Amino acid sequence: MSKSIDHRAYSRACLRILGVLLGIWFFVSFGCGILFREWMDEHLPPVGTAPFGFWMAQQGSIICFILILVAYAVLMKRLDSKFGYADGEEGQ
Amino acid sequence: MTNSTLNFIFIGITFAVYIVIALRSRAGSTKEYYTAGGGVSSLANGMATAADWMSAATFISMAGAVAMSGYDASRFLMGWTGGFVLLTILMVPFLRKFGKATVPDFIGDRYYSKWARGVAVICAIFICMTYIMGQMRGVGVVFSQLFGIGIPAGVVVGAAIVFFYAGLGGMKGITYTQVAQYCVMAFAYTIPAVFIAIMITNQPVPQLGLIGHYSLDGEFVPFFEKLNRINVELGFQEYTTGKLSMVNMFCITAALMCGTAGLPHVIVRFFTVKSVQAVRNSACWTLAFIAVIYLTAPAIGAFARLNLIEELHDTPYVEAPAWLQEFEATGQMVWVDKNGDGIIQYFGPAKSAEGKNDVFQGDNPIFPAYDAPENQRVGARGERLLANKPDLSNPNELWFGNDIMVMANPSMAGLPMWVVSLLMAGCIAAALSTAAGLLLVLSTSISHDLMKKIVKPDLSDREEMNYARGASFAALAVAAYFGINPPSAFIAQTVAFAFGLAASSFFPTLLIGIFSKRMNKLGAISGMLAGMVFTSSYIVYFQFLGGTKEQMLFGISSEGIGFVGMLINFAVAFLVRPFGGDPPKEVQEMVERIHIPSGAGEATHH
Repeated sequence: MSKSIDHRAYSRACLRILGVLLGIWFFVSFGCGILFREWMDEHLPPVGTAPFGFWMAQQGSIICFILILVAYAVLMKRLDSKFGYADGEEGQ
Repeated sequence: MTNSTLNFIFIGITFAVYIVIALRSRAGSTKEYYTAGGGVSSLANGMATAADWMSAATFISMAGAVAMSGYDASRFLMGWTGGFVLLTILMVPFLRKFGKATVPDFIGDRYYSKWARGVAVICAIFICMTYIMGQMRGVGVVFSQLFGIGIPAGVVVGAAIVFFYAGLGGMKGITYTQVAQYCVMAFAYTIPAVFIAIMITNQPVPQLGLIGHYSLDGEFVPFFEKLNRINVELGFQEYTTGKLSMVNMFCITAALMCGTAGLPHVIVRFFTVKSVQAVRNSACWTLAFIAVIYLTAPAIGAFARLNLIEELHDTPYVEAPAWLQEFEATGQMVWVDKNGDGIIQYFGPAKSAEGKNDVFQGDNPIFPAYDAPENQRVGARGERLLANKPDLSNPNELWFGNDIMVMANPSMAGLPMWVVSLLMAGCIAAALSTAAGLLLVLSTSISHDLMKKIVKPDLSDREEMNYARGASFAALAVAAYFGINPPSAFIAQTVAFAFGLAASSFFPTLLIGIFSKRMNKLGAISGMLAGMVFTSSYIVYFQFLGGTKEQMLFGISSEGIGFVGMLINFAVAFLVRPFGGDPPKEVQEMVERIHIPSGAGEATHH
């Protein structure tokens, strides 16, 4: 198997991770916090005593952002070691 | 011990710590000066970036904005944290792999053109300048509070300190100092919140108090229900629903997010760690540290709102708490006894026919001179009088600047004085760390990108440093001027403009540069110019030339226009690209190379 094919497969896998995570990112912030906030305030159970959409906008989205970044670091590290780029800690 | 002695002790101790650290880790070479030699651990870098990122605006104004506009302020909360996600997964790992010191460096090399570099430098300077203005204002507010002087004098004192401070060490010194500053900020922000949460909701964790029950005076009702009810009773918008239109809310949040991902002084922070993997870890830490503050701000805002109304509304002036007079003295709070009953009334726009709640005529309070006759300065109940005529079309009597919310909160809740002192130290830490980081980027942009790479390539290291110093001095002077005469009423909004510009110039250009091999210099430069010119003229028109609400494009305010500017940038870049031919082979190879995380990149590419 030629190395440049490896490279293309890596880039594709990398873009797939980016796409999925950005989808979640958009949903928790713009989706829950802005576009569907009113609907969620009314129809979803409150978080503690706070309306759901409002809580997502001021607290929930930020918590999700951290989880997204942790997932990104973990997934990319796994991808790196699968393709043999894991020795990157020494830098360049 | 008096309040001011405590203030000086706290601030003195923290300053001593910063200076010791700055001296111990000052830069030994230009590489250390610009990027700390690229060897900072991801945890330390995360903390330092968080301190750099959280400006005085965040620290002072954000909770105030939340308190005043409730749900509408979510745009700041989501915008400034969500942008970090974009930054981390779309930008910094790739730029780190590219491995140069500044953002204009990347744009100059990727678009193989001095012109592209030049436009990028101008954008960088513009963004940093706008941003640093907000910082100077913030410093001014803190110092005026601290020394009991006016805001202009506070700004000048702050500027002098920042200048000495930033001159001490390069990126290396700044990074380790910022770690200490972050700790001060985090304590200063969360401790008062914990006390107030216990007081109002009987919950030690502010975030749980927020979703808990209001439990003061034997009442036990869901917190937001209580807050919504008082807001509506007084004629304000319900706290948990907004006044902004959804389009506007969407655009502002998007502009803040994309702007965050295009801020040169944040991107540069990630050039200080060892490798691409370390960049990803470091970004996790950064966001986690930032979230400590951002998750607390909504709680502080909501509690402060409740406190303010309960303490002041329907209270006779002579029985009002002492802090009211302190804020009157610095001109940040004003009470105009319109109906002459000696009782403070605080009402929202819904209580008047015109839908306004202005206390006086004109935008800002103007006070009579100190040598004016006493009956022009002091009112019947001992309150400070205004030179402005009262606005009698509505019943509201209380005016205050948003910026005081965080500072006043501990006093409102009756917390011990050392908490206020700690808060002062935290504010100063926030302003200093951000201003130092910004000044570094500003001076590097001018000395490295502009003078060395464009104007005079034969510049020696020493001359380069001289240009850097001169640039930071000039920048501070300009920033101080605008700090005294801010173009926009609230600090958070002034800063929002910097984001609009970053979103419309850097973010799209960097994104295309990283992900498209075929974008050429013609497309990139036209896109960048189109986005920047559109955004800045829109902002200038509506902010300075008196554009009215009806003229706005789809009702998007100037804070959110950066998002439209960004779309224009993308569109122009791709429309113009076909006229410029493909970029050179080396550039295409470079783009492929930055997508592979380690030195293994060269080996894989035949």
